[in-house]
Amino acid sequence: MIRKATTHVNQNEGLIFERSQPGRIGYCIPSLDVDEVPIESLLDGALLRDDLPGLPEVSEVDVVRHFTRISTWNFAVDYGMYPLGSCTMKYNPKLNERVSRFEGFAASHPYLPDALAQGNLEVLATLEKCLAEITGLPGVSLQPAAGAQGEMTGLMVIRKRLEARGDARRRVLIPDSAHGTNPASAAICGYEVQTLKSNSQGGIDLDNLRTVVDDGAAALMLTNPSTLGMFEENIEEVCRILHAAGGFVYMDGANMNALVGVTRPGDMGVDVLHLNLHKTFSTPHGGGGPGAGPVAVSEELTPYLPYPRIVAESDPSGRTKWKLDYNLPDSIGRVRAYHGNYSVLVRALCYIYALGPEGLREATETAVLNANYIAHHLKSDYEIAFDGKAMHEVIFSDKRQSKFGVHTLDIGKRLIDYGFHPMTIYFPLVVPGAMMIEPTESEGREELDQFIYAMKAIAREAEENPELVKRAPHSTRIGRLDEAAAARKPVLRWKPVRTAAKG
Amino acid sequence: MRYIPNSALERADMLREMGRESIDELFRGIPANLRLRTPLNLPPAFSEPDALRYFRDLASRNSTRTTGRRSAMFLGAGAYDHFIPTIIDTLISRSEFYTSYTPYQPEISQGTLQAIFEYQTMICELTGMDVANASLYDGSTGTAEAVLMAERVTGRSRVAVAGNLHPEYRQVVDTYIKNAGIQADTIPYCAESGTILPEAVKIGSDVGAVIVQSPNFFGGVEDLQKLADAVHSAGALLVVVVAEAMSLGLLKAPGAAGADIVCGEAQSFGIPLSYGGSYCGFFACREKFQRQIPGRLVGQAIDAQGRTGFVLTLATREQHIRREKATSNICTNQGLYALMATIYLSTMGRRGVREAAVQNLQKSHYAAARIGALPGYKLRFTAPFFNEFTLTCPRPAQEVITALLDDSIVPGVAIERFYPEMPDELLVAVTETNTKAEIDSLIGALKRIGR
Amino acid sequence: MAYPEELYYTKDHEWLRVEGDEGTIGITEFASDALGDVVYVELPDVGEKFQQGKPFGSVESVKSVNELFIPISGEIVAINSELVDAPELVNNAPYGQGWMIRVKIGSKTEIDALLTSSEYEDFVAEQSE
Repeated sequence: MIRKATTHVNQNEGLIFERSQPGRIGYCIPSLDVDEVPIESLLDGALLRDDLPGLPEVSEVDVVRHFTRISTWNFAVDYGMYPLGSCTMKYNPKLNERVSRFEGFAASHPYLPDALAQGNLEVLATLEKCLAEITGLPGVSLQPAAGAQGEMTGLMVIRKRLEARGDARRRVLIPDSAHGTNPASAAICGYEVQTLKSNSQGGIDLDNLRTVVDDGAAALMLTNPSTLGMFEENIEEVCRILHAAGGFVYMDGANMNALVGVTRPGDMGVDVLHLNLHKTFSTPHGGGGPGAGPVAVSEELTPYLPYPRIVAESDPSGRTKWKLDYNLPDSIGRVRAYHGNYSVLVRALCYIYALGPEGLREATETAVLNANYIAHHLKSDYEIAFDGKAMHEVIFSDKRQSKFGVHTLDIGKRLIDYGFHPMTIYFPLVVPGAMMIEPTESEGREELDQFIYAMKAIAREAEENPELVKRAPHSTRIGRLDEAAAARKPVLRWKPVRTAAKG
Repeated sequence: MRYIPNSALERADMLREMGRESIDELFRGIPANLRLRTPLNLPPAFSEPDALRYFRDLASRNSTRTTGRRSAMFLGAGAYDHFIPTIIDTLISRSEFYTSYTPYQPEISQGTLQAIFEYQTMICELTGMDVANASLYDGSTGTAEAVLMAERVTGRSRVAVAGNLHPEYRQVVDTYIKNAGIQADTIPYCAESGTILPEAVKIGSDVGAVIVQSPNFFGGVEDLQKLADAVHSAGALLVVVVAEAMSLGLLKAPGAAGADIVCGEAQSFGIPLSYGGSYCGFFACREKFQRQIPGRLVGQAIDAQGRTGFVLTLATREQHIRREKATSNICTNQGLYALMATIYLSTMGRRGVREAAVQNLQKSHYAAARIGALPGYKLRFTAPFFNEFTLTCPRPAQEVITALLDDSIVPGVAIERFYPEMPDELLVAVTETNTKAEIDSLIGALKRIGR
Repeated sequence: MAYPEELYYTKDHEWLRVEGDEGTIGITEFASDALGDVVYVELPDVGEKFQQGKPFGSVESVKSVNELFIPISGEIVAINSELVDAPELVNNAPYGQGWMIRVKIGSKTEIDALLTSSEYEDFVAEQSE
């Protein structure tokens, strides 16, 4: 089996500042076409700065070479599989990129009068409608800028509703397998976090849930499928328990890509859901953002969503006119300026329309099939957690390999040498030495087989030559970095080497 | 489906290999009554040409300089139309940048990490601060994060917010603090200058921070030095918000004027307007507060062979480790958009940023001087401004906007929605992209409808 | 693994050395090993007072943060400022140069609630099973 393509490892390139040479120019803008007046006559000298000595002086060629070269040190989806469980690194269709760059979208100002932004408003209204259909929850806000902000928004909506009923309540219940943003978002909303221990099958323990749900519990925050990759079989009963006590069910939609077209959270009884468009709807991760975290809620909670909302009116000729409605007295307020991460929203709509209902379901089914295929082939070599229940991701642990002193981190790093990004490691926390693998629907069978081959080879290496694995990766530009030293004495910016001051 | 490599045949083959009869078997964990029996009610899949046509049509129904009702725009208020060098889109379109993941695996993420390190350095330079993070969602949420951080640092649960802070930023701050036990008071702006006067900063010992925007929402440049003295003498922190980052090319760095935290919006640095997003919130502070900063940080590190590289560092502040005790719930940054700003600041560089900033100053003053001299029009405030000014019109601003639609001019933002006491006021932004001809046509149109 | 006999211990893995009216406090070798490379220690200010068992600071490795709980009530009379520049002392000499705070002991009777060296060693053995 051949090794896959790897990134460019031996190109040398310093920092952009180190390329700087006095007098180099990288830009060309028109010269000033109005009468110039002395700056000091417009602004008091005390308000001004003289110079920007810390910015580089480089040519256009320098900039292109610099960023092209350093780009080759990145792994990327277009190179190959990112088996990152929970993070959902799927292919980013190029059509979405092209569409989002259309001048009418990209150059439109957020304060355009509504009459001049009908295209944008229709994109937003249409995406809201699609997401309501996909989730089974009628109220959608596209304003949250990322999943974590969606969580915060959703919990605030719940809080506002409870306050309207007369009691905001004190606690939010969160399973121990949850992503760290869940408790952090609950804290911002002023809630205490009560951690729920997962049962032996990684799900919600109903008996335990019944004992902790009382009139102080505002909501349960549930990831479904859980971060363990399993569907919560008792979801309807879970919702009933919360509702009976006057609480709400918040579903973290991080794993919605296992459900789209197959089942809908709204039909399960879920009250609030956020979606990560950069996961389920394939908008690019961009090396860490921008994301987008729309929130979908039940009818009861819709009045509390952030303002403004998009409403349709008919003009005299009967045509739909879109406008922004700011008059929403029950709204939690704004969570972000303007209209959210619009350029991401355009891409998501384009993705949904390109797939259609059949394509969306096919993507879900293939993602689940691919994960189960990997589970099937690797469980002879690695300890599998919760066998036979995996949906779109599967979790192994390093239990067998750690006998040889090889741990999860080492296995992940060694994957790099085989041309793959490491899987998600040490998450969820409830599985010691967890390795969470999510292939997504974007991987063909050969890629999956190459991955399986690599994992099997590493299992063999762990036994026969553990040092090889423990010192991995061996094929990259740099080795494992000393993160402890970096954290002890942080160097967070470049500083010019100053020439000695004149004596 | 073209985005899914495995054909139906291959999928059937894989199932057989796994000893499964059907795909449905893999979903048996989902109770049967919850499974959809019919396809989702969405339009059938669009072909590629269909999708292009559909979105091109929608895009053409928005007005920009080149689409829809092709218009000269003088819109600002936190989102500015600046020149964007072509190479930004070329470079961020490299798959290695836009299809990569958060750089948690430094060995195969050095491109992203080094770019962020360069970004952090440039933000420090522009703001005059010691430490900058890897970016936040945008200027509004960055401001909210600054308020939360000031509370952590000072242990004081009140903040005083300038009355001329961008109103949408203020709305976001109010949403964030509502349940966090923090109270925000408003510092009134001076009715004449439109700025915050040091004597207006009357704060008690329970106030942890004063939040001031410069240039402020009305366009006016604040005297940060004097404000810093007033704020510090009360033992509070000065948070400076910069919604028009281009101003940093010309105005004194807020850090040099005494700011403790500087946050704002980097959209002006090469990021398309895109109807308000995605943008890039920058966030910087003094070194002594670095362990309280929200969001990701990139630091320099060495490997076992002494080679220099970069890693995400000081991660114990973040939600994935500290959970409910984290400095923020933010997980992501705006990686790709921080990269756009980095490429912009590299391309424009030491000279270009200043040159563009100077053109903004000159053109906006050219426009303001001539419009302010028209009968019935005057500048609302006396403070010096950078590229944006508040204009009092002879009739309601909303009417002015409507009246100019036929001239294909969008003259500014009516600020009545945020400030009901100013129905006739229009916030006009003029950047280096507005030609003299456009400005002259604005002057002519305003003159005509002013009569 | 060392468990110096003259020290008292908590189940949260702090140790206490009593010298007259004062006590010196740090974390055990077991704890510092479990943490891995210590990168930052957050300590209180001199003059602050704490009740037995309350958090007085935190210790961080690259990817974890743990609260520190005071073994005995008292007022802080000194903190180990060397840890600011050299947090690795906590790993290198947990019972020596890696000490964290010194307190003026409020009530010596509280010592009864702490573990002896052998009790702590047994506790650690139990935990590791």
